Amino acid sequence: MLALNYRGPYRVRASQKPDPMIEHPNDAIVQVLRSCICGSDLHLYHGLVPDTRVGTTFGHEFVGTVVEIGDSVQNLRRGDRVLVPFNVFCGSCYFCQRELYGNCHNTNPQATAVGGIYGYSHTAGGFDGGQAQFVRVPFADVGPTKIPDELLLEDALMLTDAFPTGYQAAEMGGIREGDTVVVFGAGPVGIFAAKSAWLLGAGRVIVVDHLEYRLEFVRNFAQCETIDFKSVDDMAIHIKKMTDWLGADVCIDCVGCEAAGSALQQLTGVKLKMQAGSATVLHWAINSVRKGGTVSIVGVYGPTFNAVPIGNAVNKGLTLRMNQASVKRHLPRLMEHIRAGHIEPHKVITHRMPLEEVSDAYHLFSSKLDGCIKPVLIPPGVTV
Amino acid sequence: MDTPTKFAHIKGWGSDLDHANRPAYPKERTPPRLDPPVQWKEPEMQPRHVEVLRSTERPAMTPVFGSGQPPRGLSGGMRRFAFGYSENDLRHWLLLLLADRIDVGEGFVEDLASGHVPRIYAEMGGRAELKHNPVGAAKKALAVAAVLGAAYFLARRRSSRR
Repeated sequence: MLALNYRGPYRVRASQKPDPMIEHPNDAIVQVLRSCICGSDLHLYHGLVPDTRVGTTFGHEFVGTVVEIGDSVQNLRRGDRVLVPFNVFCGSCYFCQRELYGNCHNTNPQATAVGGIYGYSHTAGGFDGGQAQFVRVPFADVGPTKIPDELLLEDALMLTDAFPTGYQAAEMGGIREGDTVVVFGAGPVGIFAAKSAWLLGAGRVIVVDHLEYRLEFVRNFAQCETIDFKSVDDMAIHIKKMTDWLGADVCIDCVGCEAAGSALQQLTGVKLKMQAGSATVLHWAINSVRKGGTVSIVGVYGPTFNAVPIGNAVNKGLTLRMNQASVKRHLPRLMEHIRAGHIEPHKVITHRMPLEEVSDAYHLFSSKLDGCIKPVLIPPGVTV
Repeated sequence: MDTPTKFAHIKGWGSDLDHANRPAYPKERTPPRLDPPVQWKEPEMQPRHVEVLRSTERPAMTPVFGSGQPPRGLSGGMRRFAFGYSENDLRHWLLLLLADRIDVGEGFVEDLASGHVPRIYAEMGGRAELKHNPVGAAKKALAVAAVLGAAYFLARRRSSRR
């Protein structure tokens, strides 16, 4: 089959690999119809995630058709069209029994801090991902969700990660009616977080980024205010001026470990790897939220440590909430929002490219060229 | 505050104000709303055909795991060594990052050994760069040419001194 083949930082190519096989009785093999490149894939692409091995196939956002099932699979049939949450999870461990599917303890032998994730290095279980023609899907009775007929394929695709992660980011903010919510990052997750903040009853939504085309997009898509951080001297003062000098009720980090905005953080976190990525947004969020407020984090950081003003968080009495999205628990409600016309997730897709052009797709997305917000890959032979 | 009226222009505003409509509230919820419920208490174990490294913070192998790209060569040895340290130990992660860099070199040699000369510029998305950022591509080409030229000049000067 054709699949993305990671060759090193900033180097990927599409090449032939052996087809995946059933390796466990509850596995399925899914023929991929669409897969996305996620902003967090760029951390792999940039060589920032430990134990990212040459030859790995990335891709944790994909939809497809079931073409093969293991002996114990009961809930899927060949031909079913499914969306596959990015979490690989068992449904039965201590954490899955509490609906913390993103924290499953049964799918990642290489680490305990993170559950299994498709195509996200051996630190996340060593599973090959969906930027390929076919993918092995473990625990097929638990993770994959059949796509309802009325749901657009590309709306389903956004439900595998980006929309649930954005929604959960807003949900973890504990938003109350009329709250002021600041979202850092106008990538797909930040865009969905901003939109979700309204669903949760926010009174004011402000999105921070430095790319004008993304700020323009989010203003239109999520009807929010925006801040270009390059035009701001000091983020905390700027947010406080906008909020009667109190600070925002909720700040949400949808950026993670490659945040721009601080040369020192970039140097120590990204270039020299003296910390687990640039913690600029964590810094801004903690210092821009009001006392007693909430900081919600879904941006991805490395496994070591970051320089953050934790003393300020203590003194301000903040609530810090964070997690990988537990995609499966969000799906019924988010599908209701799509059916009700509250949101059209597929509209964040800006590029549809053949899998054969995966090198160009990564470069476009990584370098923010051609107005790229969300690139989607289409494997050869797919006609839907 | 009549916020629903104020935000009537925003589709779905406040539809999840009620915590009952928030799918991840409360944070931990048991039993899980899986429909149908899982059919096992303990999942079957996946047979292991390749070497899979295991965190020292785990007592045993997990029931399923990815089986791609087993440890190989010098980078593989370094990964095995790294897995002698726990996730709590910085050495674990730094050794893995170093192994990743060595793996890149091994991958390059593997390509050449199999008769494949990597098209590095294409693998780095050079075609997209030329199409969508030609000025940037030209600047990078000039910078690379300057570095190569300087290196050539220095090498020539050193050899002429001998």
